[in-house]
Amino acid sequence: MLPGLISKPIDQTGVEERCARFTTRSIKNQTKVEGLKMALNMIDLTTLEGKDTPGKVKQMCYKAMHLHDVYPGLPAVAAVCVFPSMVAIAKEALKGSAVKVASVATAFPSGQSTLELKIADTRYAVESGADEIDMVISRGRYHSGEYEYVYDEIVAIKEACGKARLKVILETGEMGTLDDVTRASRIAIAAGADFIKTSTGKIKPAATMPVTLVMLEVIRDHYFATGKMVGMKPAGGISNSKLALHYLIMVKETLGEAWLNNTWFRFGASSLANDILKQLVKQQSGAYQSGNYFAID
Amino acid sequence: MSNKSTKAGWELSPAPESSDHISLKKRYELFIGGKFVQPATKQYFDTTNPATEQKISEIALAGERDVDKAVKAARTAYDQEWSKLPHGERSKYIYRIARLIQERARELAVIESMDGGKPIRESRDIDVPLAAAHFFYHAGWADKLGYAFPMKRVSAIGVVGQIIPWNFPLLMAAWKIAPALAAGNTVVLKPAETTSLTALKLAELIQDAGLPDGVVNIITGAGDTGKHLVSHPDVNKIAFTGSTEVGKLIQRSTAGTGKKLTLELGGKAANIIFEDAAIDQAVEGIINGIYFNQGHVCCAGSRLFVQESVSSEVERRLKHRMESLVLGDPLDKNTDIGAINSKAQLDTINKYIKIGKEEGLSMYQTDCPVPSKGYWCRPTLFTDVAQSSVISREEIFGPVLAIQTFRTVDEVIDKANNTPYGLSAGVWTDKGSKIFNLTTRLKAGVVWANTYNRFDPASPFGGFKESGYGREGGIHGLQAYLKLS
Amino acid sequence: MAIKKKSVSVKAPNLLVNKTYKIFINGAFPRSESGRYTALRSADGLLIANVCLSSRKDFRNAVAAARAAQESWQDRTAYNRSQIVYRIAEMLQQREALFIAEMTAMGYSEAQAGREFSASVDLLVHLSGWCDKYVQVYSAVNPVASSHFNFSVPEPMGVVAAMAPIGTALLGIIEASLPAICGGNTSVVLASEKVPLCAVTFAEVLATSDVPAGVVNILTGSRAELQSHFASHMDVNALLAWDVDHPSQVDICRKATDNVKRLCFYKSGDKSLQPIDILMGLQEIKTTWHPIESIKGSGSGY
Repeated sequence: MLPGLISKPIDQTGVEERCARFTTRSIKNQTKVEGLKMALNMIDLTTLEGKDTPGKVKQMCYKAMHLHDVYPGLPAVAAVCVFPSMVAIAKEALKGSAVKVASVATAFPSGQSTLELKIADTRYAVESGADEIDMVISRGRYHSGEYEYVYDEIVAIKEACGKARLKVILETGEMGTLDDVTRASRIAIAAGADFIKTSTGKIKPAATMPVTLVMLEVIRDHYFATGKMVGMKPAGGISNSKLALHYLIMVKETLGEAWLNNTWFRFGASSLANDILKQLVKQQSGAYQSGNYFAID
Repeated sequence: MSNKSTKAGWELSPAPESSDHISLKKRYELFIGGKFVQPATKQYFDTTNPATEQKISEIALAGERDVDKAVKAARTAYDQEWSKLPHGERSKYIYRIARLIQERARELAVIESMDGGKPIRESRDIDVPLAAAHFFYHAGWADKLGYAFPMKRVSAIGVVGQIIPWNFPLLMAAWKIAPALAAGNTVVLKPAETTSLTALKLAELIQDAGLPDGVVNIITGAGDTGKHLVSHPDVNKIAFTGSTEVGKLIQRSTAGTGKKLTLELGGKAANIIFEDAAIDQAVEGIINGIYFNQGHVCCAGSRLFVQESVSSEVERRLKHRMESLVLGDPLDKNTDIGAINSKAQLDTINKYIKIGKEEGLSMYQTDCPVPSKGYWCRPTLFTDVAQSSVISREEIFGPVLAIQTFRTVDEVIDKANNTPYGLSAGVWTDKGSKIFNLTTRLKAGVVWANTYNRFDPASPFGGFKESGYGREGGIHGLQAYLKLS
Repeated sequence: MAIKKKSVSVKAPNLLVNKTYKIFINGAFPRSESGRYTALRSADGLLIANVCLSSRKDFRNAVAAARAAQESWQDRTAYNRSQIVYRIAEMLQQREALFIAEMTAMGYSEAQAGREFSASVDLLVHLSGWCDKYVQVYSAVNPVASSHFNFSVPEPMGVVAAMAPIGTALLGIIEASLPAICGGNTSVVLASEKVPLCAVTFAEVLATSDVPAGVVNILTGSRAELQSHFASHMDVNALLAWDVDHPSQVDICRKATDNVKRLCFYKSGDKSLQPIDILMGLQEIKTTWHPIESIKGSGSGY
């Protein structure tokens, strides 16, 4: 039997209470600066629009490597995340940097296509140079109870990924309950996901702390059971520094510090980076910052 | 992946709540008849910060004459003013107190943490807001009491003597004073001797609220002061929260006096985790159940029953979660476990830990660092505990959890009820029919299903059996402060 | 029963078979284990009955029976308890002549006896109706400021020991036992020392009314002997007593503290005391919390 099918109930109110408690952690001074830099280094800078062009992607890649050059010693972001058609352009633009190229695939964002096309989509992205693949699960199949189909599909995409790391997007905004988020997470991890990811960014609500917490707990359980680590990527909706720090506290207290790096934790976000930069400069100068001083690629 | 091995990583910097805005006097007098007055005893006792062992202030010791003076002030206020006031006006006074607590919330929270050792997170997020909520809730009852008791005539009892413990000093004062005033009584309240400060701050605030003189009197002192209050012939009702031992003494000494009595006493609550529970939320419930307020909670979930099939799963998660608990300076906003309230209480807790070890139980404590000064106890749990172990039978009133396993529903109900106490219980299962089976059969005044240690002024609180009688809060709590005819 | 009504002819050819008045424990009618009795005589000195002087061991046995019966009695549906109590009223009504004869033998006038008998039947019918209503009337759903469903309901205290009103032979035993059992408690009652007979005959009513064994246990005997055991027994949850003098009240209160027993003292003839007050005086309030999924805006903190 698939591990996801064993009932693991979640109590939503209890989850929300736990999350509220993370937000009462007071993050000051050195902890704050370290946390903000860590968060910057965990960002998957993302553009996933119909109107994406090579120009837009190149500009974003430049930003990924040069977040705010007037502030010395800043890390780069973890990766840029683009459509398969933009992978080659991004790869070229990021040449020589440590920034990875992630590509969405598998009929993103709906996943409403055939397995053959999804595999082809994935292969195309990988062959174009993607280091990481962000796939979506088939929520339609999931909701009709075809858990084995969902599982098999992830296994097939994982195989198509080759060496690229696979992030599995559950699209938690379409899951309905935290029990389903847990079940889908367990299916994804069992099928070989390197990361589990909350959202495409196209559906609201995207990432929330409660959703992320239950996914982190599935990762923890998997680690307890097998000793193997799985990564986590909340995506969408995390646009300010304070919230990002709350997420990091949540990761630290739920999984431990081994997860506090971009090998195991990512933020899928586009506007978060500049907010973090503002906060870092504020910590340094003592003055509250204006958006005019931070580039918006 | 224990958090232990990575302690050197991303650590929380100290985040102390500022105490600059706090003004504390060197010496606090008795609050009688609307004024702060020196005690006839001319004696004062120190109140200390249990986290630093430093003296904060000194507090007047009320003797028999002082108690008498306070009761007389309460009687005069009852006869001449409070009982004659239109109920709507009474209500407005109580609302005022609620608002003043909210306005001075930060100050009250800081003092509470300094004087009692509880984490500022709890005094700020739980004690003080709930204290205000109690005044708010009960204020509205003052002119609606008739609706609560259909077919009855309701009237106040008169002068009420109230004795409260040190674990929730301001909150307990609110639990006691708010319904008493709403019902039309006047009050003489005695806080616990280790935690008098917030009650005296409340007295200041009651002055500011313009409450008629003598409606609330606050007298400070230890057991003897309490005895004088209990035995005063002109007190019509005693409300006591504290140990079962003292509660029994009070019941004995009020025998035949015609004084109404309500008691909220000790507990040894069962917190029951079934295999079909939401395990992570249950673990959080265990943490809230036993490590909230250093375990200084009468309804603490101190007996944990885990279904044997998930006991290792629960234990591992619990220990993992315990590692993220921060012990230390109660004024640090990140502190989860503050200081033990007093040296005496720490000795009691250590005595039980020693007994547990001597009983051959396996003990686990987190290895969080402990400050060199002050009174501290790391979060502690014992496994392989039997129902007959001392630590699963006696109230420890500290952060010490006794874990037992069970196999069937009937077995765990029998074990849960196998105690002279009956204040509270916790049940964790995803199955509704099982919850109702347990909540019906557990002999406890408060049953938390899939949650633990939640409090609300609208929710009646109080025990079965030796955990006392009478309820506080909600529509059912009003009766304790009313005569019905 | 050796009640000699004046109308009974002394020349009756058949000798009357007298009833032995025994006590009622666990659905059976034993004699007191002590073997002691007290003779109840009419004003003109004729023996009415030898009444058992129950001992502390009889009391202990009765409490054990009441404890054993309590949980399953509480688990009965309110509807079922209501029907059983109504059945008691039916069974009582049938025996009107018997009870009136007993009461008059113990010194009631015919009119007094008739009034008390009617009041007794009425009280039973009234209480029968309460069985499935008091929970509704005295429960509450409490609007707490968090995402929880919170409700409070009355629940029986458990085993109630009672000392019946002194002056009423039948009404008193009903007041002392029925409100307790309507609310799911089980009961051990000491009958009026002055007018004890009807209590025993009422036990016969109970025995034929589908009341499970042990739910009501009736003792006769001396208050002075038994009250301290009533007060101190650690397995009695509540004590209900009428017409207790002040020194006894002090004594009971003190002895009752060891298990924090709930105490209810009443006086005969208190017009403000309603049957429901007695019933509710023997109830605890239990409050249950459960989270509610997805109540937005409640906030998790306070």
